[in-house]
Amino acid sequence: MKSYKDYTQLILKINGQIRKVIVSPNDTLLHVLREKLGLTGAKPGCENGDCGACTVLMDGKPVKSCIILAVEAEGHEITTIEGLKDTPIQRAFVEESAFQCGYCTPGFIMNCHAMLNTIPDADYDTIKEWLSSNICRCTGYEEIKKAVKKAQKIAGGL
Amino acid sequence: MGSIGISAVRKEAKDKVAGRLKYLNDYNSPDLLYGALKTSTFAHGRIKSIDISEALKMPGVRAVLTGKDLPYRFGIYLGDKPPLAIEKVRYYGEPVAAVVADSQREADEAVEAIKVEYEALEVINSPTEALADSAVLIHENMDEYPHIDAIRPEPGSNIANRTKIRKGNIKEGFEKSHVIVEETFSFPPSDHVAMETRAAVAEILGDGRIVIHSTTQAPFVVKNLMGAYFGVDPGKVTVIAHAIGGGYGGKAGMQLEGLVYLLSKAVGGKKVKLVNTREQDMITSPGHIGLEAKARIGASKEGELMAAELLFMFDSGAYADYAVNISRAAAIGCTGPYRVPNVWCDSLCVYTNHPFATAYRGFGHIELAFVIERTMDILADKLNMDSMELRMKNAICKGDTTPTQSLLDSNTGDLKACIKRTAEMIGWQEGSRVVTEDGKIRAKGFGCLWKAPAMPTNTDAGAIITFNEDGSINVHCGVVEIGQGIKTGFAQIAAEKFGIDVEQVHVIMDVNTSISPHDWATAASRGLMMGGRAILSACEDAISQIKHTASQVLRCPEEDLHVWGGRVFIKEEEHIGLLVKDVALGYVYPDGNAIGGQVIGRGKYISRRLTGIDPDTGKGNPALEWTLGAQAVELELDPTDCSYRIIKAACTMDVGKLINPAMARGQIAGGMAMALSFARQEGFEFNDRGHVINRDLRSYKTLRIGDAPEYLVDYVETPQGDGPYGARGLGEQGVIGIPGALANALSRALGVPFNHLPLTPESLWKKRRDNR
Repeated sequence: MKSYKDYTQLILKINGQIRKVIVSPNDTLLHVLREKLGLTGAKPGCENGDCGACTVLMDGKPVKSCIILAVEAEGHEITTIEGLKDTPIQRAFVEESAFQCGYCTPGFIMNCHAMLNTIPDADYDTIKEWLSSNICRCTGYEEIKKAVKKAQKIAGGL
Repeated sequence: MGSIGISAVRKEAKDKVAGRLKYLNDYNSPDLLYGALKTSTFAHGRIKSIDISEALKMPGVRAVLTGKDLPYRFGIYLGDKPPLAIEKVRYYGEPVAAVVADSQREADEAVEAIKVEYEALEVINSPTEALADSAVLIHENMDEYPHIDAIRPEPGSNIANRTKIRKGNIKEGFEKSHVIVEETFSFPPSDHVAMETRAAVAEILGDGRIVIHSTTQAPFVVKNLMGAYFGVDPGKVTVIAHAIGGGYGGKAGMQLEGLVYLLSKAVGGKKVKLVNTREQDMITSPGHIGLEAKARIGASKEGELMAAELLFMFDSGAYADYAVNISRAAAIGCTGPYRVPNVWCDSLCVYTNHPFATAYRGFGHIELAFVIERTMDILADKLNMDSMELRMKNAICKGDTTPTQSLLDSNTGDLKACIKRTAEMIGWQEGSRVVTEDGKIRAKGFGCLWKAPAMPTNTDAGAIITFNEDGSINVHCGVVEIGQGIKTGFAQIAAEKFGIDVEQVHVIMDVNTSISPHDWATAASRGLMMGGRAILSACEDAISQIKHTASQVLRCPEEDLHVWGGRVFIKEEEHIGLLVKDVALGYVYPDGNAIGGQVIGRGKYISRRLTGIDPDTGKGNPALEWTLGAQAVELELDPTDCSYRIIKAACTMDVGKLINPAMARGQIAGGMAMALSFARQEGFEFNDRGHVINRDLRSYKTLRIGDAPEYLVDYVETPQGDGPYGARGLGEQGVIGIPGALANALSRALGVPFNHLPLTPESLWKKRRDNR
């Protein structure tokens, strides 16, 4: 196992690009993304893994970047909201008004995106299970459910 | 196509789904210094010593401050709160020291090195305890605190405000009553849980000007209070509010701004950022008020309300902040939306050793409605009447008077129509309690709502409209975008007035108090109505300027011209006209001569004919408008373990006029979700030392997607005559009737009265066991 002691250079693959960054071994991935790479789409909401606002993808799987160390991300493909461009779920979020203040939105979209890539025909129980890791305080979740359904239709070419 | 009543897409939608919209904490720069707070581990204690010597030696530390360094008292209505505790702490989580360092990590590490010794004082854990004769005083020097006239503190007690309502003759009212019910109610303090925690950045420029960036719903209030607290000319203070990641009232008033200014001052005016952790946002910064209440309501045999005697004892926590005005607002609307000829209400704001309270969606009304709506159901049971019918019978309407004896005018919404529609949507006639084949209980509960803005009598709004070379419009208004979609609503109002597409109206998202026209605050659900009026007025001003210039070119009277669809033209001869874009920045004749200059539309609105209330009777006219509505909840409960699932939440609201249906529905359904979460599962848990046990989002559980019910939302549109296109406020109202409706459904389901929140399955199970 690789050990890190002091500030060290990491090579991270983020949104398909190679990014070199100096980190402390106890820097979270969220901190490095936001403060060192200017990728502020992932949001701190609780920094305790409870709210999902910081969700990014690691090798396609949603992870909470506030409880992952940056050094753990080395060698993995990281995708942040900045790496998504006009995806079906982003379009569906706009069309279904699936956000209000928008602060939880990047985390929700990353989680939805991963779910739809993993289980394109996710049923309601699956949607509930996946998206229960994110908190939205503005909507009553109704529009988010609709947006997932719409994204499934968009992706299915309907 | 018109622009009112369409679900125009939010102006900032694309940026939000791309993660590009910047919130305050997304702005970083190398010149920033970072603040961190040391907070109290005692709920009530004397500070024996604070040792900052180790912290000062830590790397990167620029300053360490304690209460002794900052001889100030803050408080929007009552000046009771030092920025850092002085001599004693009054709640668990209160800031006692602050560090400024080169990085957040260094600031956090230095905080750990500060050592504080306390001597424990008796902890007051409820309003009842605080009101006992033997109770210790949380604020011994209350008589020295400055306060506004509308607030009436009682020095020598723990009462920060008492508002009285005396309408009719309460004694006679009860004498005429055939049925009287009396009950007590309570819920603990809780939190807003906006997903973005509060943050502020301050710097002091070379000439002494102060620039503050803040997650604030009330930049103009902050500017003004900075002046009042620190003796600074408000003109030398600039407050900038970017888009906010959820407010719900928790980002109104003064939050971190005063303290972060003092931190900047301590490091020579350098730019300092202070961001709450989630835990600090929940308990160090203020949350939702708690309540203990007693209600006694009398009615005739036929169910006509005769008298209401109400005692509200709000749990303000350690400081008054907005709580003193919440208790006042609750008195003003104390009866809920019902006609009651005889009313006695004392609404108290009581200090305890809990985290302090500030504005929360519903502002006094969600709290009073829980008390009233539960009491209405208890009364209906005693009268052997259908609870919906009892509400219908007593629904307040035009011509009735409010508890402050103010007459409801022709702008009053149609509550009866709302009750009728909600009963239809929830299927009330099909039965409010049904046992299913698998032994589960399906139950329904009703709850009505009303709300008026609680705001100063001179609350105002302003708007400025300018034009671009393509004829498109820029709309600038000081209401803050907190997720409610107000900027888009404003664009729709302007687009409708000019007969152009919403796409041709641009909005200025940030509010800057040195640039934006004055606006009271993004609170009280008054943004749409008051900001909307200001925008209409700015449009009219711009239109008259366009006509003035065009009349010279077209050689016709100004009053014969019409502006619509990007043109200014003669009404009866539409082909004779000019493009607005050729006029709005000054008209240029073919020979090069120019006239008119640019059009700058100025608009304003100030609330109409409001007054304070009489200190002894509450008589007065404090309400700009009342939004009325009716709500209901249906749930399915498993009687074996009292677990339950909320199936439906319904609301019909008289919104006056729908401006944007998708956003209105979002506000109302979102409000219902927030209130269901609050009533079912939220509330701080305290140990016997007054510590908050559940101060993170793992132990303080908010509603998740799997708990969300189906929402049924409908509208009645009785125009608000003085509102923009007839619209009135709807942002907060969705929360108000829901806690009562949920408690009513559960009480009906189990045949046990549930008068205390939160209504967790465990609490239901215990109450049922105790009742047997």
